[in-house]
Amino acid sequence: MAERIIGQIKRVNGPVIEVKNVSDALNMELIHVGEAKLIGEVIKLHDDRAVIQVYEDATGLSPEDNVYGSGGPLSVELGPGLIGTIYDGIQRPLDVLRDMSGSYIEKGINAPSLSRDKKWHFVPTEGLAAGAEVKGGQVLGTVQETSSICHKIMVPPDVKGVLKSLSSEGDYTVDEAAAVVDCDGVEKEIAFYQKWPIRVPRPVGQRLPLNIPLITGQRVIDTLFPLAKGGTVAIPGGFGTGKTMTQHAIAKWCDADIIVYVGCGERGNEMTDVLTEFPELIDPRTGKSLMERTVLIANTSNMPVSAREASIYTGVTIAEYFRDMGLHVAIMADSTSRWAEALRELSGRMEEMPAEEGFPAYLPTRIAEFYERAGYMQTLCGQEGSVSIIGAVSPPGGDFSEPVTQHTKRFVRCFWGLDKQLANARHYPAISWLDSYSEYVSDLSGYFARVAGEDFISDREEMMELLQKEVRLQQVVKLVGPDALPDSQRFIIEICSLFKNGFLQQNAFDDIDKFSTMEKQKAMLNLILQYYKRGADAIKKGIPLSKIRKMPVASELVKMKLTIANGDADSFDKLALALEKGISKLEALYAE
Amino acid sequence: MQNNEASFADKKYISGREYVGVNRIEGSLVVVKKTHPVGYQELVEVLDRNGNIRRGIVLDTSDTAVTVQIFEGTTGLDMPHTKVRFMGEPLKLGVSEKMLGRVFNGLGIPKDGGPVPVAEKEEDVNGRPINPTSRIYPRDFIQTGISVIDGMNTLIRGQKLPIFSGNGMPHNELAAQIARQARILGEETNFAVVFAAMGVKNDVARFFIKSFEESGVLSNVALFLSLADEPSIERMITPRTALTLAEYLAYDKGMHVLVIMTDMANYCESLREISTQRGEIPSRKGYPGYLYSNLAEIYERSGMIEGCKGSITQLPILTMPNDDITHPIPDLSGYITEGQIVFDREMHGKSLYPPVAGLPSLSRLMKDGIGEGMTRKDHPHLSSQLFASYSYVKDVRNLASVIGEEELTPLDKRYMEFGEKFEREFVNQGMTSNRTIEETLDLGWDCLRLLPREELHRVTEEELVEYYDSREGIGD
Repeated sequence: MAERIIGQIKRVNGPVIEVKNVSDALNMELIHVGEAKLIGEVIKLHDDRAVIQVYEDATGLSPEDNVYGSGGPLSVELGPGLIGTIYDGIQRPLDVLRDMSGSYIEKGINAPSLSRDKKWHFVPTEGLAAGAEVKGGQVLGTVQETSSICHKIMVPPDVKGVLKSLSSEGDYTVDEAAAVVDCDGVEKEIAFYQKWPIRVPRPVGQRLPLNIPLITGQRVIDTLFPLAKGGTVAIPGGFGTGKTMTQHAIAKWCDADIIVYVGCGERGNEMTDVLTEFPELIDPRTGKSLMERTVLIANTSNMPVSAREASIYTGVTIAEYFRDMGLHVAIMADSTSRWAEALRELSGRMEEMPAEEGFPAYLPTRIAEFYERAGYMQTLCGQEGSVSIIGAVSPPGGDFSEPVTQHTKRFVRCFWGLDKQLANARHYPAISWLDSYSEYVSDLSGYFARVAGEDFISDREEMMELLQKEVRLQQVVKLVGPDALPDSQRFIIEICSLFKNGFLQQNAFDDIDKFSTMEKQKAMLNLILQYYKRGADAIKKGIPLSKIRKMPVASELVKMKLTIANGDADSFDKLALALEKGISKLEALYAE
Repeated sequence: MQNNEASFADKKYISGREYVGVNRIEGSLVVVKKTHPVGYQELVEVLDRNGNIRRGIVLDTSDTAVTVQIFEGTTGLDMPHTKVRFMGEPLKLGVSEKMLGRVFNGLGIPKDGGPVPVAEKEEDVNGRPINPTSRIYPRDFIQTGISVIDGMNTLIRGQKLPIFSGNGMPHNELAAQIARQARILGEETNFAVVFAAMGVKNDVARFFIKSFEESGVLSNVALFLSLADEPSIERMITPRTALTLAEYLAYDKGMHVLVIMTDMANYCESLREISTQRGEIPSRKGYPGYLYSNLAEIYERSGMIEGCKGSITQLPILTMPNDDITHPIPDLSGYITEGQIVFDREMHGKSLYPPVAGLPSLSRLMKDGIGEGMTRKDHPHLSSQLFASYSYVKDVRNLASVIGEEELTPLDKRYMEFGEKFEREFVNQGMTSNRTIEETLDLGWDCLRLLPREELHRVTEEELVEYYDSREGIGD
């Protein structure tokens, strides 16, 4: 197959290569370059010239080397065996590569993305038999891929016809036939895996409104800036503000069925961290290892830059495939800035006219195309599934006015801005409550009212208002000191500081604190506001703030996140009672 | 093409062929026209009219012309007599253990007058990306004896932790002190230091040599010096040469290697110089768009690999132009490295050593290398508390500068005292003092004892009982 020569190299000066004598190359065709068969892609055709990008180090390539065509676009293999695997940006399985070439990634090495040897136990769909009309998305049967994920074997979206035969229950490898379909007289064999070009979104039935939140277990997110299932969010932040830590925390604890984690141009050790940590962590909802729902794509910063550009698409295509089965998928892209920089580098090498800061003019289009692949969908097989995209952005110098952050903001509906000052004080997650926003709040209010109660929504609004008030009060404090403020206003500052330390700040490494259920979040928020309301009343009655602060229950409130576990409603009730008692006691004392 | 197999065989046959005369000389670049097909990034030898050999690599190759970058510069080359020889392979470094104790230039050629060490192996200086599945996540605590590093920004074996400094600040002293004092608790290991100097002054190189000499480790140090008066282009290859030796020592010989690279800012300047000469589209401040990827190729060559005993820990030093941490060089470095130690000119002005700014400094690998069984169980919460309290000190100081110290509340005054003690005693420790991790942590609690007990939100009750209450303190 790889013997179709499409041309010879004319010029090499990096990962973008000019090819001459081109006759029958396809645009976006997958190609192999030189005798080392480096993987690449055609990106531009004109007259008898082509411009290609190679996904591996171009060292050693020289003019007159042959370029071989594969006949199709760059695609990923989708089928049983994806979960728990770590791939590079063009879906080569890294653990297999390690067995083949050792600790380093050698050039031109290749291995099938899905193991051809492993057998999977297939159970055909009941009632489906030869003669049935099938179309794309039709579930042929299932494979129990991990103990918590039941993998549906589907008819590829572009196949439609009459089922001629369906394999019976048994063990198969992925390249055996699951079924044969007669498409207008042409017999098509459907394997247990399908191939899909990474740059083409997989078709769906229809888009549905987003009204279910993706619960992340992170209080600042779920309570203040919730993300909907099928929604998009950007996390921008300078270095050291905890983008990766936030992404990791969400990947660990959010209530998606499948996590696709794309490490795009980031550190090698971070991927190793995920690889060593995830298998040992237990998903609180299924009781199974977190690795049993995770697919990793690692294109670290020292791997070739063009594969970095592809890794984002590889990730989102895999996510869409699981969505088509009716699963909820969350994809973390860390970091989309590295992806944008890869675009810039490739564009620069092609000598295209740059727009802002050297980025190509089509940057916003690409960003929009990527984020639009998220959504809550009715799939082709009639089920509901979603892809939520959580994209980290690394603005140079932490300056949010740079092009990638600005363009991303236009295409996402939720924004978790990370704050350098919070990170400096080791307040994590360092999501700023002033810069961040979520447009999903009103879409999700129905859900929250149902699950957490109406008062949760009003509590949230009240807290947001207090935080805004505090900003103004802090400005005064900065000028004249806190003593100049009356007790009632100082109490607002006090409450906000309690809210920040005792609620927003969350320790990802503490066993109790790392993950909070909605019930715990609601109870905590409620208690803090109860403290505010009762305290404010008491201050009106003339009780000094210092007395209220000295109540032992006040310091218990700060630490409740660490001391009260999820599901321990009794302790919250007790705390509420103690608070009530403490204040009543003070009131009684001063009433005399 | 007519016969492709023949052209491929031809290529091997003619590699090593010499061309007389070049078509263009500009800066450090030489253009040769009408050559055989030359490989991208191939090694090139250039002979000037006196027969001296210079080396270079192919930056751009096409069927009409080849652009070669010469490491030693193009001064003294002429168009008609210069001979160019394409070697048909990438730049390689012959590595061996015998290179320890020696001094080389940026390309790995001995500079100390000694013979060329016999190579045990030839390695491509560009290295290859490590497969993330083969890495071992670093978690071994390195005790540097410096409180602000051990206690707050712990160095881990296999980490890349740069020092972001500025001109005139004691970054060299700190790097030398770390190299001298660093050790793993309860372990005797064979270690080596690989030192790469890029565009630094002669006396800086001498300072390091002297410091290694005094601590008696010079025989375990390999130095790669490309000093300020040498062609700037050699700096592009210096860190790669140094890391190639480091990788050999770590992964083939099982040594724990500390790589000190100074000054990364000079490296980036050279990169910009070349990029401009090639007429590439610049991104921020004239630096090329691939600065991030290029720096990553260097910084990512650290860590530990499964099945290998050794490790590479990187300590790059970079001086921030104009002390600006948002400048592209520190900014992009910070996105790649696993934390940073940031120097603060105000601290330096107060003659505190090391002048490490408490808040912007960070060690990303710290979380997995500290705590029970590694350092001490109170370490994670203690450091978090110190960060939180010290960050509040900064707010109080700002307030004090507006309303005056006298007007502060009693609590804020105690924070001011805490900040003072933290800087004067915990951070400031002098160039010879070597504190154990216990001393460091106890000192941290001594500072915290200046604050009331209920202000300490980030430590647990048990830790308060054990460390806060246990000793005589000023706390109430």
